[in-house]
Amino acid sequence: MALPLGLDIALAHLLHRRRQTLVSLLGVSLGVAFFIGISAMMQGFQKDFIARIIDVQPNIIVKDEVRSAPRQPVERLYPDAAVELRGLKPREEVRGIRGARNMLASLEEMPGVHVAPALSGNLLLRFGGKDVSVNVTGIDPPRERRVTHLEKDLLSGSLDALYTTSNAVILGEGVAAKAGIRTGDLISAVSPVGVMMKLKVVGIFRSNITLMDNFEVYVLLKKAQILANRPNVINRLNIRLDDVEQAAPLAAAIERQYGYRSESWQEQSKNVLGIFVIQNAIMYSTVSAILIVACFGIFNVISTVVFEKTRDIGILKSMGFRDKDIRRIFVMEGLMVGVLGTLIGWLMGWGLIEFMASLKFNMEGFVKAEGFILYRTPLHYVISAAMAIVSATLAAWIPARRASRLNPVDIVRGAG
Amino acid sequence: MTAAIEARSLSRELTGPVPVTLVRDIDLVVEPGEFVAITGPSGSGKSSLLYLLGLLDRPTGGEVLVRGEPTAALTPDQLAAIRLARIGFVFQFHFLLPEFSCLANVEIPIRRLGRLSAAQARDRAAGLLDSLELADHRKKLPEQLSGGQRQRVAIARALANDPPLILADEPTGNLDTRTAHLVFELFGTLAREQGRSIVVVTHDTELAHLADRRVHLVDGRIVP
Ligand SMILES: Nc1ncnc2c1ncn2[C@@H]1O[C@H](COP(=O)(O)OP(=O)(O)OP(=O)(O)O)[C@@H](O)[C@H]1O
Ligand SMILES: [Mg+2]
Repeated sequence: MALPLGLDIALAHLLHRRRQTLVSLLGVSLGVAFFIGISAMMQGFQKDFIARIIDVQPNIIVKDEVRSAPRQPVERLYPDAAVELRGLKPREEVRGIRGARNMLASLEEMPGVHVAPALSGNLLLRFGGKDVSVNVTGIDPPRERRVTHLEKDLLSGSLDALYTTSNAVILGEGVAAKAGIRTGDLISAVSPVGVMMKLKVVGIFRSNITLMDNFEVYVLLKKAQILANRPNVINRLNIRLDDVEQAAPLAAAIERQYGYRSESWQEQSKNVLGIFVIQNAIMYSTVSAILIVACFGIFNVISTVVFEKTRDIGILKSMGFRDKDIRRIFVMEGLMVGVLGTLIGWLMGWGLIEFMASLKFNMEGFVKAEGFILYRTPLHYVISAAMAIVSATLAAWIPARRASRLNPVDIVRGAG
Repeated sequence: MTAAIEARSLSRELTGPVPVTLVRDIDLVVEPGEFVAITGPSGSGKSSLLYLLGLLDRPTGGEVLVRGEPTAALTPDQLAAIRLARIGFVFQFHFLLPEFSCLANVEIPIRRLGRLSAAQARDRAAGLLDSLELADHRKKLPEQLSGGQRQRVAIARALANDPPLILADEPTGNLDTRTAHLVFELFGTLAREQGRSIVVVTHDTELAHLADRRVHLVDGRIVP
């Protein structure tokens, strides 16, 4: 038993208040365990989701839209005048990216940039008496292959089948399931401009991004242009980058140069990324709440001990313990609860993660998954330990300071 | 010879709505090896004087000198250091830590001072208990001892760091006459054989006569 004296006394105090100590210890452990478990789950999900959108969606989408209405001639002429135009009816511009071919060519010249043109629009599919409204995208297979995940996501068929079969179409798994369509089926399609066409299903894909699987179908670019009655028109350029971090600056540069709305993957997923921020905030407040409750526990035990051990504090001070020696004893008690609680919490958190990892279920939300996607990192253990130990110490500090300020004369006189 | 402890026109007043004077103009010199008993009626300021001499409380007038050194300018930590190494307290209530064995209680001041190794501290504490005829009770908790035995453990603890000055406030208040006598004889031995200065508060005049000298307090003043 070669414990330092202060630690010896602190330990005796905690053992004296065994049950209360155990409860606050459990509080700290739960806080730590929940933090570790929930962080692994949420960050696992978030990281997986981001990896999937980076992987599946184009890193940049150039659309045939402009962000703000074009400046009117009168505004251009008198830039400083207090002119306000109301009831403006802008000319219906022909939808589509003008000069898309040149743009495509010059973007493709940039190193590490892969571009695929597309025309997307709505389409109504009809099969076996069922109508399914979908989003049809016309693609250029050799380029598409380098930009999106479509080919890798095919459950059956191939991208090249779009060439080898006439009027070929590739459906999302959800689209096919909704109408009971299988590969090889012939389905009727009607576009909003009234073009009708029989399409033959040559492939089915599953991206595991629910929205895509349930609403996307792909045809050759030329077929899409016929369906939309817009020969030679392209309304989207999908771009994939070797370095995804360049997406935001490059999107901004393209938009500045060509005027068309260019969305980086971050912007496309703004809503979801925003939800992640809220999710994280909720998680941290939940865990903080648990830790705060645990801290009340610690505060409570140590306050009780200070109250009960007033005589001991008096005699220790009279025999020559300094204020800081007394304070240290009680802070140490908080620290011991914090450290031990953290260690137990680490074990519990680790167990929680392994338990979640063993669960198998089918979940369909933003993405499809067959269980929890868990992100394991030592960082979570470090953060939770820091939070637990710092807050335990702070909780102990207040009663510890009170103990250190007790006047030994009052105590020995009172008990004498 | 320098006095072990000396009070020079020592006063202590409590401020407040009704100011209280605990002690007033006390002049007292205790030589090394001297055994002094402080007597006086209840409320005469005996405890208050002892706390001032033991540097637990600070005077509002006059000063306390330890081995000729003034203490007024010392910080609380410096005063604590003097108490730790040079002064041993014994109170009416034993104030032993209930979770620690007798041996561990006696070890506490030694460990706090930190001059001895763990093994040496243990040996010294055991030796003190033995010399107070408590050899069989080293491992016992304070609650397993009789009142007299507890008080002897408290005396052993006061002696732990071999202090030249022992201050005791009615140490025999809770003891029977025979045990009280034994404790006072022990103090006498500590003074005569070990050269320690002993200041004991008591209102038992018979016991007070075992001391070398008696100081009588009335209303916070020394009276002849
Ligand atoms: N905190 C205080 N507030 C007011 N008066 C106090 C306080 N402490 C002590 N006194 C008073 O100071 C006087 C001296 O008290 P002290 O304890 O020194 O007496 P004492 O001689 O030790 O008495 P006893 O023999 O009963 O122990 C007493 O009259 C007491 O009531
Ligand atoms: Mg008294």
